[in-house]
Amino acid sequence: MKKSVFFGALTLAGLGAGVAAAGTLDDVKARGKLNCGVTTGLVGFAAPDANGEWKGFDVGVCRAVAAAVLGDATAVEFVPTTGKTRFTALASGEIDMLARNTTWTFSRDVDLKFTFVGVNYYDGQGFMVPKELGVSSAKELDGATVCIQTGTTTELNLADFFRANNISYEPVPIETNAEGQQQYLAGACDTYTTDASGLAATRATFENPGDHVLLPEIVSKEPLGPLVRHGDNEWGDVVRWTLNALITAEELGVTSTNIADMSAAPGDNPEVNRLLGTEGNLGEMLGLSADWAKNAIMAGGNYGELFEQNIGESTSIGLARGLNAQWTDGGLIYSPPFR
Amino acid sequence: MSDTHAQTVAFVRETTIPESPPPAAETGAIKWLRQNLFATPANSLLTVAALYVIWVVLSGSLPWIFGGLWTTTSLAECREILQGRTGACFSVLSERWNQLLYGFKYPADQYWRPNLAFLLLFFAAAPVLFFDLPRKMLIFTGLYPFLAYWLIWGGSLLVPIVALLGFLGGALVYQRFIKTSFAAGFFGGIAAAFVIWTVAGAIIPENASDNAMLSSVPSRDLGGFMLNMMLGVTCVSLSLPIGIALALGRQSDMPLIKWVCVVFIEFIRGVPLITLLFVASVMLSYFFPPESTVDLFLRVVIMITMFSSAYIAEVIRGGLAALPKGQYEGADSLGLDYPQAMQLIILPQALKISIPGIVNVAVGLFKDTTLVSVISMFDLVGMIRGPILASTEWNGVYWELLGFAALLFFVVCYGISQYSQWLERRLATDHR
Repeated sequence: MKKSVFFGALTLAGLGAGVAAAGTLDDVKARGKLNCGVTTGLVGFAAPDANGEWKGFDVGVCRAVAAAVLGDATAVEFVPTTGKTRFTALASGEIDMLARNTTWTFSRDVDLKFTFVGVNYYDGQGFMVPKELGVSSAKELDGATVCIQTGTTTELNLADFFRANNISYEPVPIETNAEGQQQYLAGACDTYTTDASGLAATRATFENPGDHVLLPEIVSKEPLGPLVRHGDNEWGDVVRWTLNALITAEELGVTSTNIADMSAAPGDNPEVNRLLGTEGNLGEMLGLSADWAKNAIMAGGNYGELFEQNIGESTSIGLARGLNAQWTDGGLIYSPPFR
Repeated sequence: MSDTHAQTVAFVRETTIPESPPPAAETGAIKWLRQNLFATPANSLLTVAALYVIWVVLSGSLPWIFGGLWTTTSLAECREILQGRTGACFSVLSERWNQLLYGFKYPADQYWRPNLAFLLLFFAAAPVLFFDLPRKMLIFTGLYPFLAYWLIWGGSLLVPIVALLGFLGGALVYQRFIKTSFAAGFFGGIAAAFVIWTVAGAIIPENASDNAMLSSVPSRDLGGFMLNMMLGVTCVSLSLPIGIALALGRQSDMPLIKWVCVVFIEFIRGVPLITLLFVASVMLSYFFPPESTVDLFLRVVIMITMFSSAYIAEVIRGGLAALPKGQYEGADSLGLDYPQAMQLIILPQALKISIPGIVNVAVGLFKDTTLVSVISMFDLVGMIRGPILASTEWNGVYWELLGFAALLFFVVCYGISQYSQWLERRLATDHR
């Protein structure tokens, strides 16, 4: 607030050049805070708890980046965004990065001018129906009413799927996942469709989860990942390699519990040494301190730990690793080498 | 008397009948029931039907309310304890009440600040709402916006003081020049205020808020019902004077002023509020560089104020149009100039006629403040739809949360409505 209240209109004049003048990395360092866009609330991925602390899988990525850049996992300003406001918030420079379970698509990458720096969750769109509907395949949903979140890729996938199978549907547009859940339970729609992770999380909170089934069809690829603006590759590299550091840490067995020992002195594994900054100068190349990856991993643990704490099988959401297992375990999570 | 009818009538009662109580059906509760509930067969039928509906509603809701749980830590635990029994899970309210009222980021040890601001609001509003109170209290009303700003946002005390000085300086210049010409006073006042803000604003050190008595709270951290109250109170109190000015401007003989007002009102009324809010939150950030964006709260206040002042202007124009032409001519014949005529004769009557309409707009506006939840501000409804329903503990609690929100809004809106009815009775001059 402060003076901007009085002078907001006046300052408008002299500030044409604005957004892209300095690099985002420098901006973040100068500000001492990372502005990270998250969802207004999605179980397991991002939501504030009773004390107002943001918790979740996407939140973990934000905190890791803040820790890598600023050395402080709490130096994050979480900016809640809805499906409609998220891209303008990023494009206008209100936020430095967006970690809001956003699907990496061609048009978002190319046309909207964003850079997806990686994938932190491989998802796919599924359908949930009440058991009593007696449907065992999404192809039997001819003429069904479908609850669908507007402004998302799921809306487009749904249209594609029904058109490809030459069946009809009636959409019931909804705004948030919470609303979709309520509409579905109230019987406003025959089936609720969104990312399979979201469906599983939603079903877990039902009074009688057994009365609802997830249909076997996964009708789309939904690689969800953090993204930044086009044209600032240094900053893109920072976010990309922070995510990769979390993934590599799991692959190499570096966890939040043993990282203090492993980073104290160079060990036998050269890649661990390079990752943790005890050998080589990877941090310097990124424009960060040598212990950037160590800070990022200590913020919330490695990729596997983040997954387990927020959405894994020990939580009420109970998602299996599936596609999101390390490539060594038959999943798709794969980081280029730290070299 | 005793002999008069002796030949014509067989019997004449010569003593009065002793008083007896009225028939049971014509007294007390039974009479009331018969007259009000069972007067005709159709009425009886409706009564029975209504009783049935009431019974259905209450038998469903009362066990739910009184069987409610207040102390569990999650919805799952509620369900475990209830074991399929009917009962609400009010625990979400007892655990998250602070988030519902203040948003999830307002520092918990500072809750006394908005509480105090809320309390002082009654003292500030009292002399405006109840004009029997001493006029000196209006001084506090004038100071209240700056005091409340300082309490809620905290930070350096210099900021509200400079803002206040700007207003005072502007008012002084206005007073000084108004005698010569209205335009000189009006624009001179505005210019003086801006000069003071610019000069004094440059003097305030950048880090003035760092060691302030009250820690600074950014607008993004405001939320919950507090945000609804703040938006509602600010926008209603700003839009009323702007609305009056627009209504008078629309009736003006000066073409420029008239057309500016007409275009403004018609444009704003032709655009949905939610569009304006999206413009405020999304489009404006394209025009401002990231470092110097106007505060989101302020942007929203401007948009909602513009919206409601256009509506209030039309309501007041209705009041102005309802006054007979004789009132205007009467004012002219007394030799009053335009401001005097408006202030002493036209507006008091026109505003009195407009009260129900203005209150209607105010209540609607207060409820419309929940629309800010779609631009990811966490007002009461935004808190419920976003963070609370997205938490693993409370995902799936709807009735309790939305019922609570409805209750809060009902209390405030009913209060506004009762006040307006009192005001109408108080101002009634009985032309009937």
